[in-house]
Amino acid sequence: MDAILLQILNGLDKGSAYALIALGLTLIFGTLGVVNFAHGALFMIGAFCAVTLQRVLNFSYEDVDESQKDFLGNALKVKTPYVEAWFGPEFGGAIIDWAVPLAILFAIPIMIAVGFIMERGLIKHFYSRPHADQILVTFGLAIALQEVIKYFYGANPIQTPSPEALSGVANVGALIGMDFVYPVWRIVYFFFSVVIIGAIFSFLQFTTFGMVVRAGMADRETVGLLGININRRFTIMFGIAAAVAGLAGVMYTPINSPNYHMGMDFLVLSFVVVVVGGMGSLPGAVLAGFMLGILESFASMNEIKSIIPGIDQIIIYVVAIIILLTRPRGLMGRKGVMEE
Amino acid sequence: MFGLENKDIRMLLVVAVLTLCAPFILNPFPTDSALAQFNAGYPDLMQRFVIFGIFAVGFNILFGLTGYLSFGHAAFLGVGSYSAVWMFKLLSMNVVPAIVLSVVISGLFALLIGFVSLRRSGIYFSILTLAFAQMSFNLAYSVLTPITNGETGLQLTLDDPRILGVSATADGSIPVTNLFGIEMRSTYEMVVGPWAFQFNAGYYLCALVLLAAFYLSIRIFRSPFGMMLRAVKSNQQRMNYTGLNTKPYTLAAFVISGMYAGLAGGLMASMDPLAGAERMQWTASGEVVLMTILGGAGTLIGPVLGAGFIKYFENIFSKINDQVLHSWFAFMPDGLEDFVVFVVHPFIGKGWHLTLGILFMLVVVFLPGGLVEGGQRIAKWVKTRKGNDDETPGKTTPAE
Repeated sequence: MDAILLQILNGLDKGSAYALIALGLTLIFGTLGVVNFAHGALFMIGAFCAVTLQRVLNFSYEDVDESQKDFLGNALKVKTPYVEAWFGPEFGGAIIDWAVPLAILFAIPIMIAVGFIMERGLIKHFYSRPHADQILVTFGLAIALQEVIKYFYGANPIQTPSPEALSGVANVGALIGMDFVYPVWRIVYFFFSVVIIGAIFSFLQFTTFGMVVRAGMADRETVGLLGININRRFTIMFGIAAAVAGLAGVMYTPINSPNYHMGMDFLVLSFVVVVVGGMGSLPGAVLAGFMLGILESFASMNEIKSIIPGIDQIIIYVVAIIILLTRPRGLMGRKGVMEE
Repeated sequence: MFGLENKDIRMLLVVAVLTLCAPFILNPFPTDSALAQFNAGYPDLMQRFVIFGIFAVGFNILFGLTGYLSFGHAAFLGVGSYSAVWMFKLLSMNVVPAIVLSVVISGLFALLIGFVSLRRSGIYFSILTLAFAQMSFNLAYSVLTPITNGETGLQLTLDDPRILGVSATADGSIPVTNLFGIEMRSTYEMVVGPWAFQFNAGYYLCALVLLAAFYLSIRIFRSPFGMMLRAVKSNQQRMNYTGLNTKPYTLAAFVISGMYAGLAGGLMASMDPLAGAERMQWTASGEVVLMTILGGAGTLIGPVLGAGFIKYFENIFSKINDQVLHSWFAFMPDGLEDFVVFVVHPFIGKGWHLTLGILFMLVVVFLPGGLVEGGQRIAKWVKTRKGNDDETPGKTTPAE
């Protein structure tokens, strides 16, 4: 029993990453009608925002400390980060320790700016072009972005630890009268993604802006005829979708050390998620994300692997193929989307 | 001739001359000159040009004609490679049975995948092929290790049970691939003054196969079957409403292009008898998409040009380093020289993919027809500039 619960938990944190990326992809697809193959790259840029902030906070100067001697009796050089010098070792140390959560604040403006530039500079010209062209141009963009990151940060994964307080394990089982432990940060990640998903949905559901955007998703032309500048709102939505992908990346760094091709690794899976959920359906994307994450973690249980070897490697694709063939519009797809 | 129109014969001849004289064309600089690094006339690279040319020509039969964008074609290439290597291990070192088997196996594989994937179109089709290819890639790495040898890759060993042939040669090494006795790696070097031209048996085999493949693709493009595929691309729904079942046609196109990919994989293994799962990864499928689009999708000669272009620059660009750059820009004042080298640096060497990504974006944005459209535009521009007083056509470009 607790093994099953553990697998569900395992699936939830991977599933939340899938759900967040798929949510952003669906937002872009539902509003602008663009298939964005560069979305994985946005996820990666978000992760590297965290890496950058961590490096910036660790800028330090060297000092000769007379009180400490090495074994030859020479005074030892001590590195002190500027942040610690400015805010005192207590508070400064805490800032450095909490670099990853702080990077959320740092990443939001950057990701929105990146999204704006992408939309206005490139994707704008592709609204009326076929979907194949959109896939191709964003695929090229993804390659270019990932090479830029590789040029600045190198090809190796970069360790980005979570804050000290959140890096251990928690006895989750105690809450429900069982005994198993689980990494705290993964639980944080899950709740974080729930908050983000909730925020996006309530933004679309309960604000005037969101209402106009939903109307535009349903019938763009009519909304335009009512004298609303729908394109500008869609551009803003693109920025928000980019920010969602970026935040998913920021928070994912302690789970998996970021490297330049992490975006491509997630891209394929998140496209599968979007298609399984149904193109253009936001709840579908979230549902499919969590579902596939949990299925994947169940498939990697030893008991199941001994029955069907290799199932953990292919389960997502198998499910995707079955769903696409039996429910052509995905789990919650709308009629008339991508059916030309 | 060969049942082709004059225009197509001209194009076939252009490709024939390009491939058969490639050792000369790709080696324009004397071996000891400073520009020798731009020479691409060595067997290994030339083989890759034509093999990827075959791959791209096959991909174009599917994507260029029917508009179905497959993101999983590398799987067929990988399957072809694996079956060819198994043929070398079990039957003989002759390349003919290996290539035949790789085409047959990948054709069957394509029939299976195509039958399922082609039930959907548009992006769903792309995702389905992508899913199948990633599935094969993951399986090749994990469960199928007895067949694929996992991460190490499948290679020949000294104790292969080769039925027609020997497990090891007299001097105790692994025998080499051959075509009825002609070793694939045998190379004849012709030295003319400062130039050294290399003629490789394996390359010429690949080149002849490319010509055959290209000829076949011309025939497909000009046939009623090709017309039907184009009709699918322009409006599949209308085809269905007229009471025509398009599935057999698209499936045939899918299988043919899968067999082309298998042929390329078999040739790749014949030139260098090892096969690894990384050949099946989806980025490898992406590469052939890039080649086809860059050259010009839906045109005959485009994919060949695209494949040559990408492979050439991949090899040459990635060889340029800072020292070379410094020697190029040595005529500039010092500070400026360093600055120019600093600016160019990210785009060369290991950063070649950055150049490729940007170039590809530019092509999709400004030249949807690829290099072929670029050539046509230049030809048109030259023509209009010359005006009516000069009737001779300008720079000739490949038709289509």
